[in-house]
Amino acid sequence: MTPVSGIAGAPLAPTTERPAIQAGLIVLTILLLVVLLLLPLVVVFVEAFAHGLGAVVGALVEPEAIAAIELTLVVAAVSVPLNTVCGLAAAWCIGRFRFPGRRLLITLIELPFSVSPVISGLVWVLLFGANGWLGPMLDRAGVRIIFALPGLILATVFVTFPFVARTLIPLMQEQGAAEEEAAITLGATGWQIFRRVTLPNIRWGLLYGVLLCNARAMGEFGAVAVVSGHVRGQTMTMPLQIEALFNDYDWVGAFTIAGLLSLLALVTLAVKATLEWRIGRRGGALL
Amino acid sequence: MANRTAGRGIAVKVEAFELRKAFGRTVALDGVSLSVASGEFVALLGPSGSGKTSLLRVLAGLEFVDSGRIEIGGRSMDGVPARERSLGFVFQNYALFRHMTVARNVAFGLEVQPRRRRPPPRDIRARVRSLLDLMGIGDLAGRYPEQISGGQRQRVALARALAIQPGLLLLDEPFGALDAKVRKNLRIWLRDLHDRMGLTTIFVTHDQAEAMEMADRVAVLRAGRIEQVDSPDRLYASPANAFVHEFLGEAIRLECSVTQGRAHFDALSLTDIKTTCPAGPAIALIRPYEIGLLPGPGPVQVLSVHANGPLRRVRLALAGQALEVLLPEDSWSPTVGQSCALDLSRASIYSLASADTPRSPQALSKTATR
Repeated sequence: MTPVSGIAGAPLAPTTERPAIQAGLIVLTILLLVVLLLLPLVVVFVEAFAHGLGAVVGALVEPEAIAAIELTLVVAAVSVPLNTVCGLAAAWCIGRFRFPGRRLLITLIELPFSVSPVISGLVWVLLFGANGWLGPMLDRAGVRIIFALPGLILATVFVTFPFVARTLIPLMQEQGAAEEEAAITLGATGWQIFRRVTLPNIRWGLLYGVLLCNARAMGEFGAVAVVSGHVRGQTMTMPLQIEALFNDYDWVGAFTIAGLLSLLALVTLAVKATLEWRIGRRGGALL
Repeated sequence: MANRTAGRGIAVKVEAFELRKAFGRTVALDGVSLSVASGEFVALLGPSGSGKTSLLRVLAGLEFVDSGRIEIGGRSMDGVPARERSLGFVFQNYALFRHMTVARNVAFGLEVQPRRRRPPPRDIRARVRSLLDLMGIGDLAGRYPEQISGGQRQRVALARALAIQPGLLLLDEPFGALDAKVRKNLRIWLRDLHDRMGLTTIFVTHDQAEAMEMADRVAVLRAGRIEQVDSPDRLYASPANAFVHEFLGEAIRLECSVTQGRAHFDALSLTDIKTTCPAGPAIALIRPYEIGLLPGPGPVQVLSVHANGPLRRVRLALAGQALEVLLPEDSWSPTVGQSCALDLSRASIYSLASADTPRSPQALSKTATR
């Protein structure tokens, strides 16, 4: 390929491909985006509305659907705050202090990312299931974890643990402890430092991590499927309900709930993009 | 003056006794004792890793000593957390709260006070305004730290530290991040501020010119120990040991040995000097302007002569090494290529046993010109 000459005064193009190739690549990219991302999303909504708005509303007020939506919200409402607090604490420890085992702790925090979600669910079955290590003991105490809400929450917490911590660790490391030390010398208490100095400095990063954590908590399938037991109307979260309805050939039902989940994802993405824009404008590093 | 009360505290006395502090196997403070009178301006001077910043942080309560005792204003600081020591601390990189405006930064120390001690919001605003005016940055109140220059940040950091009316101000390399010209102006300004506010100030620096220019007394630190605490004049005129001598300005270093009260420069064929140093290997340290040049055959060769204001800068070769001396205008002037003798009678002789860590084999190196 001959390089474009800059002598004639024409601005030197950053790429040297011929216009036909450039156009071809752009079209190919758009085509891939449409086929792989946009089309599936459209299909979800088209299929949901295939039999009109009435059918969608009908599918949404179905008791099983309501139970699934409720369960999903409950699981997210417990696991997201839990992971926010734990993630914040972990990021603070790792970002602010040097201690033996620090690298190991970082690796452990990232473990759920590298482990298959199915295994993340299975460990709880092996621990708390009827034939698990602690199963018989729990059984005698009348505590039910697997095939019940606690199991669903445990699996979700495990899978979504890294999001908040992973977002905050680099941010807090970069910011250092100097501002907090300054606040101490000015007479601030621990809580005042957290609320007035630490939290405002990490708020965008924290919100970003919480959003990602929430999206995953509501959308998690693999780990939850293992511990759920698929009791309809009782232990079915939205992703599980979608699969069950789909297997029943209830297309409208499946795609209605799928559409609801997709909407959630879209809102999350929109908020995330806004956050990124804001953070970028303020010159703060995000990840 | 309208700003007389803006952040004025009552100067306190600071005493440290035998402070020891180690980070793992690194000893940061190795038995440091220091007494700072109220209203005094003391510089902690030393190379990096000498423990000066550790000493400052220990005084502030940001680190805790392994042993030793600190008293501020006559009160023991045992078990007193940093936030109750009510002292002003200016951090090396200022550590301004990046999400707060300049005014909010300065108000912080007042706003976090317990309700019963906290001034009403109107008073806080007034105090912030008068402090910012005092610092000459009244027009920056609404800006964020990232929107102002380094010198301005430094002033904001000072205003913030002074807002709680501390009796003691601690500054960690306050001019480290500024360019040379801003530095020079701020030095004079800061010293003036100290005098006007009636504070006790302790500041850390590695710049000996800065320490000598600003401080009432300078504590020279090395490897976690204070080598000497004295007024700048006395430090310069009678350094306690070779380290202090070399750290405070240019010095020429010549190896020698002492026997029967005389220092011999065997290899260099220079005249002996009288000394009270104990017998054994030693070094002679002499500032470039303390060396005299005597006409007529001798061990040194004149390499070049430059007029340099009231002094003449003469480069000499001695035993294959180059050294530079400064001669007053009215003294005898050598010519290039001439051989002459050295007058080292003003040299200080330090026994190597007490001196310091071994230096590079280059005995004639110029040192301590940071």
